[in-house]
Amino acid sequence: MPKIKLPTKSPKIDMTPMVDTFAVILVFLLLTSQMRQPEPTNVDMPFSISETPIPDFNSMTFLISNDNRVFFNVDNGSDTLLKFRRKILEEMGNHYEIQFTNAELAMFEKYNSAIGVPMQQIKEYLNSEMSARKNMETGIPMDSTDNQLAMWILYSRKVNPAVRATIKGDAATEFPTVKKVLNILQDKNVHRFNLVTSLEAVRINLDEIQQ
Amino acid sequence: MAEIIQQEQSGGKKKAKKILPHMDMTPMVDLMMLLITFFMLTTSLSKAKVMEITLPEKIRDPNQEPPKITASRTLNILLGPDDKIYWYPGRVAEEDYKNLPPVFQTDYSPAGVRAVLLERNRSLFRTINEFERQVLEGRIRISQDSVQKSISRLKTDDDTGPIVLIKAYKKANYGNFVDILDEMNICGIARYTFMDIAWYEEAMVEKAAGITSTSASSN
Repeated sequence: MPKIKLPTKSPKIDMTPMVDTFAVILVFLLLTSQMRQPEPTNVDMPFSISETPIPDFNSMTFLISNDNRVFFNVDNGSDTLLKFRRKILEEMGNHYEIQFTNAELAMFEKYNSAIGVPMQQIKEYLNSEMSARKNMETGIPMDSTDNQLAMWILYSRKVNPAVRATIKGDAATEFPTVKKVLNILQDKNVHRFNLVTSLEAVRINLDEIQQ
Repeated sequence: MAEIIQQEQSGGKKKAKKILPHMDMTPMVDLMMLLITFFMLTTSLSKAKVMEITLPEKIRDPNQEPPKITASRTLNILLGPDDKIYWYPGRVAEEDYKNLPPVFQTDYSPAGVRAVLLERNRSLFRTINEFERQVLEGRIRISQDSVQKSISRLKTDDDTGPIVLIKAYKKANYGNFVDILDEMNICGIARYTFMDIAWYEEAMVEKAAGITSTSASSN
């Protein structure tokens, strides 16, 4: 039997089409997705059939974790020049007689995660390292004696009258905590809120109703 | 890292051979993979959804009476502990606390609370469904924006469906709250609101769930 002679070619594959494919996927991902917001705590959102997307700006978010801590977040507004966060912190500082430096205000303006520290500690919080911050997050106080959450709501609405309340709660949060937040909102005359949920497809038709 | 494949030159002939500039793309592929992985992990494709809810205004003036509602249309839903729902129709006066009516137990499954709600809201649900089908089949020509408006008008005009009062017992969780509001949207309930639970209703839940009462009649 004659031996079959294989042509001696270097086993090289042209990778150019693969690069093209990956570039297309990369561009697709860049265009369709948005950065995930870092959150101080893990929140498992409940499901609903609602299909309204979350608004991009003019919203104040109350993050309620399942260990009953409440975090507050507010956005800078539709234009970065508006600097709502900075103004709100200044107002809060005036109310609690805390003087913030320019650097601290700038830090707060750029800090895009929800905050969960009492006002008295917020200066220290802004000046400390990322790892140290984690231990300081005890939630915003909302007792009747020291209702800082109500103050945050008050000044957020004063600075940005168009702000809408959004509640983002963990599905396992005990109801009294949520009720407390709802009560404070109602006290401050906020009656319409958005509840953040994940989408769940539920469809029912007429056959389901037995007659 | 560019790599140029050179062909061996044979013989003494000095002939300028064509040099094929071939670039090795493998490192670039690696880089792309890395970037894609990074973006897949740090970004989210789906945007979170929101559900809108409007709570009634607080009654601050002590002389102001709460709005009267027809007892025959009222359906009270009490969110109980352990993902259970207790419901009773009608109204219970505070004076009747000695003989409270029995509550019915159900859950958040489609066969549970949804069946209860749909049974009472059948006519409105049918009207809305019929309307939506006619829009889909093109028998009613209407712009997409007006569909929601028309449905909400159908809801406002309805006067047979239940008026659902949702009250949460202290052991309920936030997921239950969202679930029940979601059921309201699924069943097309026209009138529902969220209220504070009364102490006798707490007692009703505790009796039905077999919890020994912890809070005595405080208010």
